[in-house]
Amino acid sequence: MIINDTVLKYDEKVIFALRELYSRYGYSQYKMSKFEEYDLYVRNKDFLISDGVITFTDTNGRLMALKPDVTLSIIKNSKDIPGFVQKLYYDENVYRVSDRTHTFKEIMQVGLECIGDIDDYSILEVVSLAAKSLVKISDSSVLDISHLGILSAMFDLAGIPESDRDRIMKLVGEKNVHELERECRGLGVEDDYTEQIKALVSTYGAPKTVLPRLKELLCDEAFAEPLSQLENIVASLDGDEYSHIIRIDFSVISDIKYYNGIVFKGFISGIPQSVLSGGQYDRLMRKMQKRSGAVGFAVYLDLLERLISESRKYDVDTVILCDRTANVSTVRKAVEEYAAKGSVSVQRSLPDKYTYKRLVRISEGEVTEIEENT
Amino acid sequence: MKKILNVALPKGRLGEKVYAMFEAAGFECPSIKEQNRKLIFENEEVGVRYFWVKPSDIAIYVERGAADIGVAGKDILLEYNPDVYELLDLGIGKCRMAVAAKSDFRDDPQRTLRVATKFSNIAQSYYTSVDRDIDIIHLNGSIEIAPILDLSDVIVDIVETGKTLKENDLEVFETIVPISARLIANKSSFKFKNELIEKIVCEISAQLEARND
Repeated sequence: MIINDTVLKYDEKVIFALRELYSRYGYSQYKMSKFEEYDLYVRNKDFLISDGVITFTDTNGRLMALKPDVTLSIIKNSKDIPGFVQKLYYDENVYRVSDRTHTFKEIMQVGLECIGDIDDYSILEVVSLAAKSLVKISDSSVLDISHLGILSAMFDLAGIPESDRDRIMKLVGEKNVHELERECRGLGVEDDYTEQIKALVSTYGAPKTVLPRLKELLCDEAFAEPLSQLENIVASLDGDEYSHIIRIDFSVISDIKYYNGIVFKGFISGIPQSVLSGGQYDRLMRKMQKRSGAVGFAVYLDLLERLISESRKYDVDTVILCDRTANVSTVRKAVEEYAAKGSVSVQRSLPDKYTYKRLVRISEGEVTEIEENT
Repeated sequence: MKKILNVALPKGRLGEKVYAMFEAAGFECPSIKEQNRKLIFENEEVGVRYFWVKPSDIAIYVERGAADIGVAGKDILLEYNPDVYELLDLGIGKCRMAVAAKSDFRDDPQRTLRVATKFSNIAQSYYTSVDRDIDIIHLNGSIEIAPILDLSDVIVDIVETGKTLKENDLEVFETIVPISARLIANKSSFKFKNELIEKIVCEISAQLEARND
């Protein structure tokens, strides 16, 4: 079967392209039911992007939810097998509260998860697939990478109590250096560490310019392991056709209750918020009683409609106007002829504001083109 | 094609001060000073486009990418919690978010506190942090009248000089948070117009440092 991709919407084309990409790297498709037991989500509520979950009581009395997320279900069904990595991708509709409209929305989401005995290669593969996904979506994209291990080590050294870290992380995510300074002063953090935190949060750019600065800034032994992991990953991506989109940015934050290690966010020019988000989430695995590690990401396809620069100009390419008395064979012949040139619709009259490229009339057996819009 | 940076400025005196800072940073746009009813002003040469927006709407323009950067009060940022970068505290438009009440007000912890405010989220999170049960009365203006007419026990509002409060026999009982104007940026624009935004941040930081010296 040959598919004419002009009939596909932009997000549908992206889904096909990403599915093809992920399959090529050994990821198999994960399909799940629209519903899951509510219990799965309520136990890990903070992990979900939005609080709201649509629930209903099933015929057997169990409280069910329309899935707000796919990752939790994948983890629930994963097995801890030493030495083995499970590689899955999904394209599923999820149901969550839109942060724009504050009402429930059905959102098309594509993503992948790499779960099991993961190592630096698994993380590198997932980061590179995130970069490739962005490049497939747009010519102008950026993948920001951070390492939560570096931030955690910094907070440990600075003596920032666990109870204050959520607040500090929020400021890191805002690149809010002036308030970080005030908070650190309030917590009695030494000036040197305050300056280091400020420098870390202000650092942004391509790995080639940022890494030398980071090495100077992060001399303490506590940073050695996470810094070397970050360095190795971006160094391995260097030279690839998508390495130009990689940036290091410590304002990429994810909930430290669930995520650890490398985290990343993807942006596309023309879309005001991140379209891709992911990272290593071993802590969520532990919370769900799994021994394995995990890394993955999701692409939010609902945001891509903003990329389509031109809205549809015409409702249909050709309108064929005819009355009830027209010979059906003549009408069919005309439809077949114009269908080869694009979409055709046979009508007896047209409502206001109905737009078309070409208007054809069939009258007394005669087919006449009476209007052509360019 | 040269990149143009879209800047949302708050209408009014604060906006004029902010524009002066951008102008001194090398992002001038002389047409903005012309007396007319235009809303958008552009200087293609330096790559900047300014527009005047209602101060409370700036965060929305920036969060949704209609403006790449803008200047908004910390009160608005705390109330709406937009997903933006907060790059600088400009140290202008200074005031404070405060709890005020009639000067003879005494808080009775046995009763739910009635709080009139335009800033429901700020009030709610402040009273949650001090474990106080409250009843929020959301008003859109003339907040000071609420305790006088016994609509509320206290108000949570912006206090600049305290003159209006004093004239109505009200006084500040608690300062919740100091407020000033902040330079905010859209997260995506920060990536794709990074050079221009970093330049503005750097130039304005230098101005702020010079002012503090």
